[in-house]
Amino acid sequence: MQKTHKSGLRSLIHNDNTVGYVFTAPFIIGFLCFTLIPMFLSLYYSFCEYKIGSPAEWIGFKNYLDLFQDSKFSNSLVVTFQYVIVGVPMKLVFALLIAMLLTKPTQAQGFYRAVYYIPSLIGGSVAVALVWKQLFGSRGPIVTLIKAMGVRGFNFFGNSSWAFIPLVLCNAWQFGSSMLIFASGLKQIPKDYYEAAEIDGAGSISRFFRITLPCLSPIILFNLIMQLISGFMTFTQAQIITQGGPNYATHYIALDIYQNGFSFFRMGYACAESWIMLLIMAGITGIIFKSSSYWTFYEN
Amino acid sequence: MRTRRIMKDTIYHLFVIAFGLLMIYPVIWMILGSFKMKSEILGSKAPFLPSVWQFSNYPDGWVGAGMYTFATFFKNSFIVSILGTFGTVLSSAMVAYGLARIKFKGRQMWFTLMIMTMLLPGQVLMIPQYIIWNNLNLVGTFIPLVLPKFLGWPFFIYMMMQFIRGLPKELDEAAMIDGCNKYSIFVQIILPLLGPSIITTIVISFYWIWDDYMGPLLYLSKPSLQTVSLAIKGFADSQGTNFGPMFAMSTLSLIPVFLLFLFFNRYLMDGVTAGSVKG
Repeated sequence: MQKTHKSGLRSLIHNDNTVGYVFTAPFIIGFLCFTLIPMFLSLYYSFCEYKIGSPAEWIGFKNYLDLFQDSKFSNSLVVTFQYVIVGVPMKLVFALLIAMLLTKPTQAQGFYRAVYYIPSLIGGSVAVALVWKQLFGSRGPIVTLIKAMGVRGFNFFGNSSWAFIPLVLCNAWQFGSSMLIFASGLKQIPKDYYEAAEIDGAGSISRFFRITLPCLSPIILFNLIMQLISGFMTFTQAQIITQGGPNYATHYIALDIYQNGFSFFRMGYACAESWIMLLIMAGITGIIFKSSSYWTFYEN
Repeated sequence: MRTRRIMKDTIYHLFVIAFGLLMIYPVIWMILGSFKMKSEILGSKAPFLPSVWQFSNYPDGWVGAGMYTFATFFKNSFIVSILGTFGTVLSSAMVAYGLARIKFKGRQMWFTLMIMTMLLPGQVLMIPQYIIWNNLNLVGTFIPLVLPKFLGWPFFIYMMMQFIRGLPKELDEAAMIDGCNKYSIFVQIILPLLGPSIITTIVISFYWIWDDYMGPLLYLSKPSLQTVSLAIKGFADSQGTNFGPMFAMSTLSLIPVFLLFLFFNRYLMDGVTAGSVKG
């Protein structure tokens, strides 16, 4: 391309640096105002006794030291891990199985995918949470079915060890977007891999473990990270379906942060809690990324 | 051989349909429940279909529990969701174009920060963001829910970037020769081609904003400003065991999202998978 002589202003406006910053300006402003500044604020307040309306008072590490003594907080950590460890693998396995089920090229494939996507479309809503609460409630159809099979006095929400099951199921039920991402990954696995394996006499199970899983591993990594993060911070469903109960059995960390901040107005304490949670999640994500070089497989 | 294949196909379809019905059973149960009378929704003798169709659950629910009817709540939800979706599409497309196509100083840094923001869960920033809005005296308005959407949403920026990277660069170069500059390329070349990605963003961001509970819970406590998701929760709390109207309003609240999905479904499935991660 020929360079034309431009006036100073024109060349400034059309300079790549200017264009780049004009287009990314929304993100940069948003990042500074709603991510970076809040993070610094949160870090500062985590060292303060702070109630909205009254000035923040510097108290050093007291919030953090108190948190380590706080049995409600450690309980929240334990139940959050329980939720994540059971819920995330369940959701991913489910998403992968359905994605494989729906790879069969039939005319109805698009329709089937749409139907199986419906739970994800609406599953995060308050409406579904309220319905879920009744569906798994002591007089709802699921418990009625369990009772019809001869189990007496069973109740999900009255029992600390069972209350998290409906929440985990509600999360796993929304497998749609993971399913679509898996489906697009499955489509990219070259057909001749399977044909070659079949000629070598590999059965369908060994084909799954030796071809499908390794080829999908980068996508598994992506889905795993996304689901872990949203799992650690689950809020709406627990807040509506179980209200954190019974006896704090589903009082997840996001609920505890919300409660400390907005019910007890201990903003500083809640900020310290957010920071500990952030560090834990960053640590886990980091470990998974570091270890991923051993278990993900890239073709090139 | 041929009959065996037909048998296998039939079993496959039957299984997929049966399992699909199981998956949407909670939805069916909710919709049927919205037409039942109170005594038929729960309990061991609850019938699958309502014995008498109670259409009155809908007007009974619509009236709401307090001073405002669901007309107000739906209006609020539509305002927040439509403005938010519009802002998300516009700003995310701009940022995606900037990061994917323009070579400027600091691009790599902003891209990394964008990915980190995408991985940062919003609940971690819940408290400090609230403090900021509170200091600006904007708690109790739609602004905390709508304004940030005009500043790019990393998940959609990333998705659109993947899409833009798939478009041939020669298009931009040809347009440059034809006299376009980098601003008009965005408007005249990239934006029209982003179609499937934009539709995916519209559908997903609309239903994320529509379904959002935490945002309205923090910022819209005034009854006149509540969105449907918040109002339904309040309605359920006030109704006790009168589940019919609650189910009716729940069903109603899912209809806008559902219609949008039905309308754009074809493009949606393509958009999500085209923009997804490549190994």
